[in-house]
Amino acid sequence: MPNNEIIFEGKNLVKEFGHGKTLCTALKGMNFQIKEGEIVTLVGGSACGKSVLAKHMLGFLLPTKGEFLYRGKKITNQRDHWQDVQPIFQDPFSAFNQFYTIREQLEDSFNVFYKKPSKAEVKKRVDDALLAVNVQPSELEGKFPFELSGGQMQRMLLARIFALKPKVLIADEATSMVDACVRANILDYLMKLKEELNMTIIFITHDIGLAYYVSDRIFIVDDGQIIEQGTPDEVALTPKTAVTRHLLDDIPDIHKPWIVRKGHAQ
Amino acid sequence: MALFEVKNLSLHYLTRFGSKVHAVSDVSFELEEGEILGIAGESGCGKTTLVSGLMGLCIPPLYPSQGDVFVEGDPLMNRTPQDIRENILSRKVSMIPQGAFNALNPTRKIKDLAMDVIVSHEGKKAKKKEMYERIFNRFELLGMETARVLNSYPVQLTAGERQRSVIGISTLLNPKMVIADEPTSALDVTTQKQVIGMIFDLLEKKVFSTMIFITHELPLLRHVADRICVMYAGEIVEMGTSEQLVFDPRHPYTKALMSAMLSAEEGARGKKPEAIEGAPPFLGNEIIGCRFAPRCKYAKEDCKTKKMEIRIVGDRQVRCDYAE
Amino acid sequence: MKILKNLLKEPTFVFGSGLFLLTIGLAIFGPYIFTINTESVNLPYQNPGAGLILGADHLGRDMLSMLISGLKNSLFVGFMAGTIATTLGTLLGVYAGYKGGILDDIINMVTNLVLVIPSFVVLLLISASLEEGRSLQLIALIIGLTTWTWTTRSVRAQTSSLKSSEHINLARVNGASTFTILTKHILPYLLSYIFMVFIIQVASGILQEASISMLGLGPYDSISLGNIMNDAMKNEALGDGVWWAFIPASMLITSIVFSLYTLNTSMEGVFNPALRK
Ligand SMILES: Nc1ncnc2c1ncn2[C@@H]1O[C@H](COP(=O)(O)OP(=O)(O)OP(=O)(O)O)[C@@H](O)[C@H]1O
Ligand SMILES: Nc1ncnc2c1ncn2[C@@H]1O[C@H](COP(=O)(O)OP(=O)(O)O)[C@@H](O)[C@H]1O
Ligand code: SF4
Ligand SMILES: [Mg+2]
Ligand SMILES: [Mg+2]
Repeated sequence: MPNNEIIFEGKNLVKEFGHGKTLCTALKGMNFQIKEGEIVTLVGGSACGKSVLAKHMLGFLLPTKGEFLYRGKKITNQRDHWQDVQPIFQDPFSAFNQFYTIREQLEDSFNVFYKKPSKAEVKKRVDDALLAVNVQPSELEGKFPFELSGGQMQRMLLARIFALKPKVLIADEATSMVDACVRANILDYLMKLKEELNMTIIFITHDIGLAYYVSDRIFIVDDGQIIEQGTPDEVALTPKTAVTRHLLDDIPDIHKPWIVRKGHAQ
Repeated sequence: MALFEVKNLSLHYLTRFGSKVHAVSDVSFELEEGEILGIAGESGCGKTTLVSGLMGLCIPPLYPSQGDVFVEGDPLMNRTPQDIRENILSRKVSMIPQGAFNALNPTRKIKDLAMDVIVSHEGKKAKKKEMYERIFNRFELLGMETARVLNSYPVQLTAGERQRSVIGISTLLNPKMVIADEPTSALDVTTQKQVIGMIFDLLEKKVFSTMIFITHELPLLRHVADRICVMYAGEIVEMGTSEQLVFDPRHPYTKALMSAMLSAEEGARGKKPEAIEGAPPFLGNEIIGCRFAPRCKYAKEDCKTKKMEIRIVGDRQVRCDYAE
Repeated sequence: MKILKNLLKEPTFVFGSGLFLLTIGLAIFGPYIFTINTESVNLPYQNPGAGLILGADHLGRDMLSMLISGLKNSLFVGFMAGTIATTLGTLLGVYAGYKGGILDDIINMVTNLVLVIPSFVVLLLISASLEEGRSLQLIALIIGLTTWTWTTRSVRAQTSSLKSSEHINLARVNGASTFTILTKHILPYLLSYIFMVFIIQVASGILQEASISMLGLGPYDSISLGNIMNDAMKNEALGDGVWWAFIPASMLITSIVFSLYTLNTSMEGVFNPALRK
């Protein structure tokens, strides 16, 4: 991968919201590079700035100070940017419009392309994508978002990606609501797609098992800064900071002790 | 007599088109005082629906199909929601709905929300000051800055503080049992650990004694629950102690779940998760045979046509005639 | 359908809509039930009696006929003013709330400006400066143009809280234009809210018309409930104990406005899940 182009680059990236008394610095000087074809996972506690960073990658937010570059350039036109970079959002419950069917909304997502494929092609790509997330297209016919559960909705967001086939995927807690079997399945498919398109994937998760399994590199984010970046082995086996160690300790895993209920035999 | 007993409970939704979705089928279990029962299953398998049924609160489009729930021998089905709210809810069993801490009335302070609960069950007998003291003393157990939290509006608190407050409020009337639907799923891992720590603390201090803990995260349940039920497509497919389920699963679905588990720990690290094709069946049609059959690698000829009943295999309950 | 069912379970809704339909019914079907004649064919302030259910006014016009015509005109003013105010307020509010930035600041400033100008005074000034051309339509237009501000405010607030919902972001990365986002992804969510705002706007339009008419600045040469009250006041009906000259008219206004407000609060309980028990 060393010769691959740099996809995202942060140079002392700072993001502030509000001003005066309400000033809140969400990103406090981040420096990083992500290369084409890489899978990077952002791990961190709540409100540490993961989603804000993800919003920069999507072109929703611009930095207050410092630089944020996509393929060496600042993001100026959002629609141009979205030809290549597409998201899976964190909250599947509010991700779809309640007034239209899921199918309609999946097909609408092709509107982002300057060259929209033909109707038949769109339909076929949506059908294939649904099958990839283990949903029969016929079962989805006429279904509205409020008739699906969180996990089913999350699969719909994944199906959208499988239909659009973007060059870069920003996935914020993309599999937090599906069971381990479905997750394994989706990861299989995603990895196939990644190989095929040389896709770059940014995962955001607190599932260290998942991070360990899929990532080329893991970034530990804390209080608006990337305090550690390295391969999964470096981060999981020899964490350099106390914050990382704490974070790893807090994650429940079947193979290690966690909290024990006092006065209770387990 | 068990504190809480569920017998053959089935529930369905009536859809807009008049067809039925059988979201929960034939669920039975008993819960003794002092126990934590975990219910695990993929999103959409019927956990939240089951919770409504467990409380006897079937609000249209949800309807009971058969079975009953008993709280200390007292049946809940076919009672009015009002009756249940007055006599069971908060007093005997408290329910913490999924995402409740994100849906608190934003215009009322935590102390007012807490007082509402007392007033709605006990009337306006007590003076405000007395009620506040009672609430204050209870909130002291939750390990937060009590005065600040009580005098804050929900938006001024972190998610963790809100969830702890919800647990505090819903145990104000000293119920024996708490049913919590995904109480930590929307929290980050550090806050999740704090909230679980607090729940254990309340159990130790005997604020309540028994709990049903619902989540889709098996690794979490392994540490929280004494016994675990695994649900699949509305049915319980396996029930046993958490050790049994996690380290020695018998039902093919539970086995599949465990072999798809990812872990960064010694021994399990970097293991490729085993994927299985397909997805849970659509519950709009009546399914006769085993619901897992289309995806089961041990499936036999008659699995798709024979109704599977719960049976005892190796000391736990399994809904599969071929499990050993 | 389900919403309607829920609404019908709400006693306040049934009461409010019943009362409102009754008044509308009187305006529409009144002319078919009673003979309408608003010429001066009776004695001034003739007592109610056979053939003259509600007596006559100071010019000897049949009071019932006057009321039915006045009701129709008052409702017309209310609906027209309400439609203008709601449409204008919604369009500006949705746009400002979604777009933010400088346009939002401008709209916000104008809104605040119009909000602090006592709109009733403006209404009086404009009305006073016009005499002949003070038609029902013009009065409605003026009311509409001076009362849209609080619709803008509340719609704007609703829109900016909706804006942070993830489905708007999804629509954006789906390549939806601002127009599509406003019409497909924001307005449907606000529809029930806007409907409630509309009801309040209609009620306040009717009240405003009655108020300026009471001061003698109402629609020129047409009958409205406010004008009837104004006539009664001018001609000392109160002092003379001619109750039929003002009590039925004021009761009609009260019942329309009251029914609309009741409707509004009853719907809030159904549309707003936070208030649902
Ligand atoms: N639009 C905004 N306006 C003001 N503050 C914001 C905004 N978006 C995010 N923040 C603040 O920035 C910080 C980082 O938030 P962010 O959403 O990135 O957290 P996160 O790491 O994704 O957390 P989680 O795991 O809970 O999703 C928080 O303090 C948050 O309140
Ligand atoms: N209002 C509803 N109408 C029809 N089907 C519903 C409704 N609510 C939930 N369901 C269906 O019932 C099943 C169980 O849902 P739920 O209990 O919310 O799952 P969980 O809590 O396990 O994620 C799902 O298949 C879901 O699509
Ligand atoms: S009953 Fe048959 S299909 Fe079902 S789990 Fe057992 S072996 Fe598999
Ligand atoms: Mg986030
Ligand atoms: Mg649920």
